[in-house]
Formats: sequence, structure tokens, C-alpha cells
Amino acid sequence: MEYLECLKYSPSKYFRHSKLKALINVNDIIMKQKKVIVIGGGISGMESSTYLTSMGYDVVLIEQKDKLGGKLLKWEKLFPTMSMGKDVVNFLNKGIDLAQVKVELNAKIINAVKEGNIFKINLDDGRVFESDAVLVTTGYDVFDARKKEEYGYGIYDNVITSAELEEKFLSGNDILTNSGKVPKKVGFVHCVGSRDEKVGNVYCSKVCCVTAVKQAIEIKEKIPGVDAYCFYMDLRMFGMHFEALYKQAQEKWAVNFIRGRLSEACENMDGSIMVKVEDTLAGKPLRMNVDLLVLMVGIVPSVGTKTIGKMMGLNFGPNGFFKSLDQHSMTTVSNVPGVFFAGCCVAPRTINNVFVDARAAALMTSSYLEGYDIEKRIQEK
Amino acid sequence: MNFHPFVIPFSIGFIVLIFILLYKYFSLFYRLDHQDKSKIYKGVFSLKFFKAIKEVFLESLLHRKIFRVNPLLGYMHTSLAFGWFLIIIGGTVESKVHSHMALKMPYDPVFFNFFNTDLSMYRWANEFNFIMDFLLLIVLSGVCLAFVKRFYSKAFGMKKTSVLKPFDKIALYTLWLIFPLRFFAESFSAGLYNNGGFLTGTAGVFFSSFLPLKNLLVPTWWAYSISLGAFFVALPFSRYMHIPTEIFLIFLRNFGVKTDKIFSSFTELEVLSCPRCGICLDKCQLLKSAEISDTQNVYFLQSLRNKQLNENNTFDCLLCGRCQEFCPVGINLNNIRISQRKHFFPENNNFEYLQPIAIATPKASVIYFAGCMTHLTPTIKLAMTGIFEAAGVDYLFLDKDSSICCGRPLMIAGEYTKANELIEKNKKAIIESGAKTLVTSCPICYKMFNEDYDLNIEVLHHTQYLLQLTEKQIIKINKTNKKVVYHDPCELGRGSGIFNEPRELISHLADISKIKEEKEEALCCGGSLGSVNLSFNKRNNIRKDVLSVLQEGNPDLIITACPLCKKTLQNGANTEVKDIAELVMQNIQNQ
Repeated sequence: MEYLECLKYSPSKYFRHSKLKALINVNDIIMKQKKVIVIGGGISGMESSTYLTSMGYDVVLIEQKDKLGGKLLKWEKLFPTMSMGKDVVNFLNKGIDLAQVKVELNAKIINAVKEGNIFKINLDDGRVFESDAVLVTTGYDVFDARKKEEYGYGIYDNVITSAELEEKFLSGNDILTNSGKVPKKVGFVHCVGSRDEKVGNVYCSKVCCVTAVKQAIEIKEKIPGVDAYCFYMDLRMFGMHFEALYKQAQEKWAVNFIRGRLSEACENMDGSIMVKVEDTLAGKPLRMNVDLLVLMVGIVPSVGTKTIGKMMGLNFGPNGFFKSLDQHSMTTVSNVPGVFFAGCCVAPRTINNVFVDARAAALMTSSYLEGYDIEKRIQEK
Repeated sequence: MNFHPFVIPFSIGFIVLIFILLYKYFSLFYRLDHQDKSKIYKGVFSLKFFKAIKEVFLESLLHRKIFRVNPLLGYMHTSLAFGWFLIIIGGTVESKVHSHMALKMPYDPVFFNFFNTDLSMYRWANEFNFIMDFLLLIVLSGVCLAFVKRFYSKAFGMKKTSVLKPFDKIALYTLWLIFPLRFFAESFSAGLYNNGGFLTGTAGVFFSSFLPLKNLLVPTWWAYSISLGAFFVALPFSRYMHIPTEIFLIFLRNFGVKTDKIFSSFTELEVLSCPRCGICLDKCQLLKSAEISDTQNVYFLQSLRNKQLNENNTFDCLLCGRCQEFCPVGINLNNIRISQRKHFFPENNNFEYLQPIAIATPKASVIYFAGCMTHLTPTIKLAMTGIFEAAGVDYLFLDKDSSICCGRPLMIAGEYTKANELIEKNKKAIIESGAKTLVTSCPICYKMFNEDYDLNIEVLHHTQYLLQLTEKQIIKINKTNKKVVYHDPCELGRGSGIFNEPRELISHLADISKIKEEKEEALCCGGSLGSVNLSFNKRNNIRKDVLSVLQEGNPDLIITACPLCKKTLQNGANTEVKDIAELVMQNIQNQ
């Protein structure tokens, strides 16, 4: 009976006690197992639902695609370690399997509302999921480079995005120009859609600088004798070992770093791309032909982030990402009680950050479900 | 001869006014340059003179343009100006009819009812009384409206940036007093001598029932005369200077004098002609969308007159020209603003390093100048080159690899000398090419080539050129069933008067629907080069408001004809935005 008394207050903790499970049928008890819905099966969605399930909650992970893993599925190597993206996906999938997370793939959410303290999530196949808490991990999209029309993406064949280059790496095929030639010069344009008031994105996307350094090194590795040029405003090597990678790019791989924002790109007769840029260190306008131009596209709030946010009445910050209850201490908590965030739907983040965030969000969600109400501190000023 | 000491204030004021005006206008005329002067000499003896008289009648008196924009405001101006004018004419005729004397003192018609109390002796006395009372009533209604407008607009928070100067105050208060005082003076006369028309006669009977009219009569005429005299003295130093100045402005403008790049004494005339009607406020997108409320031209001209210009009120302007389009006085607002900009920045760019574009032989009959903005929107550039190829036109892409700016951005920043350096370099290449036609995709360049290059060849914007190609059936295009709207670029529409060609061309391509504010009223996209200070936030707000107009009827496509407009609009629109050339290229049938 002591157990039952305990269960009234905090049942979830005891579910994993096999001894208890053997004694009673938990579902018959007055207090039901609390439910959580996690929206989005990227890194943060997978990791947080793994932890939440392990903690004893009835978790459903909803993913619109046919596979878990999100954007990481299309990424070959990770900065700064050059380890494989697929290793991380494997790690995440093992978690899902171990905890036996309930996963709904190919599921499109058409409505999500809160009625009383219960969330109701409608899918396009007519099913309705109910839960006591929702963890939103809807992630990011890459910036649509066509908005920077002057860089010629979608117009010139040899202008590609960093995400497309990564897919090329992943495919294992040779890196070739559109006409099938081996490029002799490859340019990387930093800050495409980031720190650019003209396209309405004033923030730094955080990961593109070091991605450019990583991709430039990989290009150098894969294509002997190729020249690589990075056109940057300034290089933000904030993470551990990033600076070392940058140094390695310069010293070992002789990647050229040119400080200056690209003004425009145009196509030559032979399909190569002429870039116009001001070298702000030399103080001169510069023209250069490259065979392949890679645009380091920034991170923008995903379509899913926007639609789910609107459905659930979540607050958006000035940059269009979700607005946390507090930028320092409550980054995973939303304005709607019971709705939590993790990952890039709040801000651009590296994989390392996303893991930390996902686990933190799982903890916050659990704290809410157990009625600890610790997050209410923020309102008691 | 009729005389009473109270006529003295009026007479002094009148003489002072005449002398000051003569002095001012003579000195303005004297400072005009030689060319402008000869235009005036020629104009006086031409039909333009009569055209100007007609315009003075329509605008200075009837205020037709204000009527068009705002009928109530129009009535206010007309009732005051035309009413007063008719009172002067009516009074003069009345006094002439009465005494048959050719020469009279100028005050005679003004104080006619004081001096002529026995009206039984002359013909049409009743008719004149009726007419003069009727005109007085009209003017009084205008004064009432002016009263209401002042407090009504204040109640709606219309911002007044500077306090009225002393002379403005004197002029304003005396102007408000003149006609009520005339009403009282004439009514008192009418009450005493049992005459007057339907207004003053009736009022006279009414006042005589409880007022000692005998004692009040002369002081009231004194007050009337003083208010007139004070108004006349204050007028040349107040904003009411616009009343006489506009007449001169209309004549000079009809003779072909205009404000071009340099602030001339004609520009001074324009500045003085601003009646501060505030129509420019209504039309300004900065006020409506960007919360900038102190740089509109009514305030700008005021600051210019009071020598209070600063960087903000000179540069915070899209130069979209909407206010200019609706300015009832037709002041060349954009040019005046541009002429002031050079005072804020020294012209210190050095363009010596730029080499004119080398022209390769063989030469071509058509040259295409894409312009910097088109290079930043390469879809337009590719569409144009595609069309040239498809049409089999012998063309030369002048700024394909290297280009020199047309100079317009420098021009609108007031840096004429430097802009001219660029003009010379480009002009050299254009002339060397031997082409007969210059086609550009950018309305900013188009306006520049058209107005400042002095080229002896045909200059066409691509909307015009593509329409020509279509009409001559050099290119054949399919009509789609898309529902589209057209966004008028400022520099092409209001700036260059090209409204119809793009619409005609689109009608060959798709179904074009009308939008709320188009053609002369078209809104600026917010991307304007007119202001470099304007924050992106404010620009985005402007764009948002424009897009809500464009997207109102849920069109399939927004069409524009300017690379800058396209670039600006497409980053905020839910609808696809295309340049007209792209649409032509997509639907071209030529192989």
C-alpha cells in the first residue's frame, strides 16, 4: 500500500520498478501514466523522446518524413572532428530502440490545440493523439538561396548550396561541375542569408563559418590541386577546436580566405562563375572566376516551426524562431504551460548544443509533468 | 473725394505690399540666369502667356487640383481665393458704376459701403448689394472651414514641426479677422442707413436692435482697415506669400523655366509658392508606413525657407514623387530636395581610375545596358539576352562584363559633378558603339540616359522596346491565362511617365487586373535609392503595405519592370514576383 500512496503523487517514477509492475496492473490505478508528444524526429526530437520514454512516460514521436534523423541524414562529416554524421544518427536510433519509443512516421499534423490541460494533436489520416505535454523539436530549414538572386542560385548551374555540396560528399561520387569537369577553383560564400538585413535575417547562423572551413578542406582532400577560396565577413570560430581547424585549413590545405562580401556572381560562356567582391583587407575590388561556387546557406526557422507555432499559440521572437520564456535560464520553456522546445527551432545550434538542449528539455518536461513547477520561478520576480 | 482717417492703415499696408512685392520679384528675376531670362522675354509675347493666364485662373483662383484631391479642402481654398477675388472685382465695378469716375483711390471699393450710404440714386444698387453679400458669405464660409481645419487637424495629431513665426501669426490672425470685420462694418452701416443686401441688411437690422451702432460704426471700419493693412504688411514675410508668388510661378513655368539641378531664384519662387496645404503629407508613405513625420515636403520647404535644414529632413525621403504628382502648385519637389543634398556631403569620390567600356567591332544597331541593379537580378538579364537572341536582333551587351554606373545614385545624392564624370565615361562608349537605339532594363538608368545624357539616339526602357518588338511581330508571344497585377516603378511611372507601355505589353501576355493605387498613385516598393539612411525595418514596413495592395485580389503573379522593385518585393511577397522581360521570355514562340 505504501507504493500505491506514492503512486498518487508521482506514479511515473515507479513504473520502471519491475517488482511493482509484477505486483499490480498499473493502468488500473487511478493515476494514469502521463503522456508526452514530441513533434519532429531530428536530433533533438530523437534524443529527448529516448530520455522521456526511459523516464517512464508514454511518448509518441511524430515525424513527417519516412525516416528519423532530420537534416543530419544528408550530412557526411561533422566539424571539427571529421567524424561521420551517420554515426550520430546510429547513436540516436539505438536510443530509440533501447527505450522502445513509439514513433509515428509520415505523419502530418493538421491541428494542435490545448483543451484544459490536455493537448490534442490531429493528424491528416484522422487520428488524434492526446498528451499532457508537448515537446516541440521542429528544427530549421536552410535559407532559400534564390532570395539572394545576385548570387545566381537556381539560375547558374555551377552555383550550389553548402547543403547540396554535403549531399555530393555523401553520395561518394566525384565532385564535378555541371558539365562534368573537375573544378580547378571552388569558391565558398559565407553568410548567405545570415547577418543580412536585406533578406531580413540579422542574426548569425553560427555553423556556416566552420562548415565552410570543413568543406574547403574536404574539397582540397578530394580534388588534388584544386584552389579553394572563402569569401567571408569575419570568421566566427567560437567552438572548441574550430580555431585549430581554421588554422589547419590555412597552413596545411592552403585554403585562401578573402575578407569581403560578394556583390554579385555571373556566368561566363564556359559555365564558370565570375564573382565580384571587394577585398576589404587589400581595399580593392576583385573579380575572379571559379568553376564551382558554394553558398554557405544560413539557418532559418522551418516551415514546421512556423505552422506548429501558429497552431499552438507559441510566441515567436523577432527572427522568427520560437521565443523562450527567458533567453538565459528558460531556453527550453515556451509561453504555453506544458509546451517545451528543444534544438534549432529556438535558435541556430551545433549538434553538440542540440544534444544538451534535448536532454535539458526532457528534464524540464518531466519536471512539469511531475508537478514540481520549478519553472514557475521565472514568473516570480 | 471720399476720405476718412481710417483708410490710412489699409493704404499704407497696400503701398508697402506693392513695393515689397515689386522689390522681391524684381530681384528674383534679376538673379535668374541668362537662359531663363530669354525664355521669359520670348514667353511674354507668345501664346504661352494666355495659357498661363488660364492656368492662373484655374489653379490660383479655382484651385482645381486641390478640388480633385480633396473637395472640402478645395472648396476652402476656392471660397477664400476666388471669393475674395470676385469681391475685389465686384467692389471695383460697383464703385465705378456708382460714380463714373475713371480714377479712384484704391481704398474706394474697399470701404464703398461706408462712403456711399444713399444708394437710391444709382442703378442696380440692390443687385450689387445682393452679389457682394453673397460673395462675402462664401468667403466667410471659407474662413469658417479654415478655422475648423486648424483645430480638426490638430485633434487628429497632424504634426506641426515648427512654431509659426511672428509674421505668420500676424498674417494668420489678421486674415481670420478681415472678413468677419468686413461683415460687421458693412452690417453696422446697413443697420444705420437702412440699406444692405440679404446678409448685411438683415444683420444690420438685427444689430441695430440692441447695439449702439452710431458709436460702433467708425471703430469697426477702423478695425477692418487695420486688419487689412496689417495682413498686407505681414504677407511678404509670411507663408501667405504663396498667394501672389504662385501667379508668377505659373507664368514662369509656362515660359519654360524650371528647377533643374541647381537651386536658382526660380527655385526660391517655388519654395515661396508652397501654400502648406498638406496634401504631400497625405501622399507620403514614410508617414503612413514608416512613422517618419517631419521630413515631408511641406516641412522640408518650411525648413528650407527658415534655413533649418538638417541631414535627416533632407535625406529621409524616397524621392518616389507621389507628393509631387499631387502638389496643387506643381512644385518640383524632388529636384529642390536633391539640390539641397550636396550641402551635407563634400563631393570627394574619385572616379579617375574608371576606364570607359571598350567597344569591340563590329558595331551593333542596338545596345543593351542592363545596369547594376539588373546585374543583381540576373534572371532579368538572361531574359533580355534570350529575347534579343530569339528576335535575331543585332545587339551589343554594353555592360556585360564591366560596367560603369549610370550616375543616377550620385545625382540623387546631389553630387552632380561626380555624376557627370560617370556620364562622360558612359557616353563615350555609347557614342562609339554607333548604335541607334539604347535599351535598358533599369528605370533608374533609363531616366538618367533620357534626361541627363543628351544622347542623340533613341533611349528605350525594355518595356517600350519589347512592346515594339511585339507590335512589329518581330517576337511572337503566347498569352497565358494567368491573373497578374502590375507594380509601377517610381522612376519609370511618375519619374518618366511610362504607364501604358508596360500594361499594353502585359495584356499580350496575361490578364492584368487593376489595383487600388496604380499609375500616378502607385506606391513605392520601399527599395528606393532616394534615401540611404532609411533603416531596413522601415523599408520592410513600406514593402509590407505595398504588398498588401498588390496581393489584395490574390493574383497569380506580380509583374514589375524594375530590378530594384523586383528584388525588394520578392523578398517579402507570398506571390511570385517577375520582371516583365521574364514573362516575355517564358512565353516567347520564336525559335
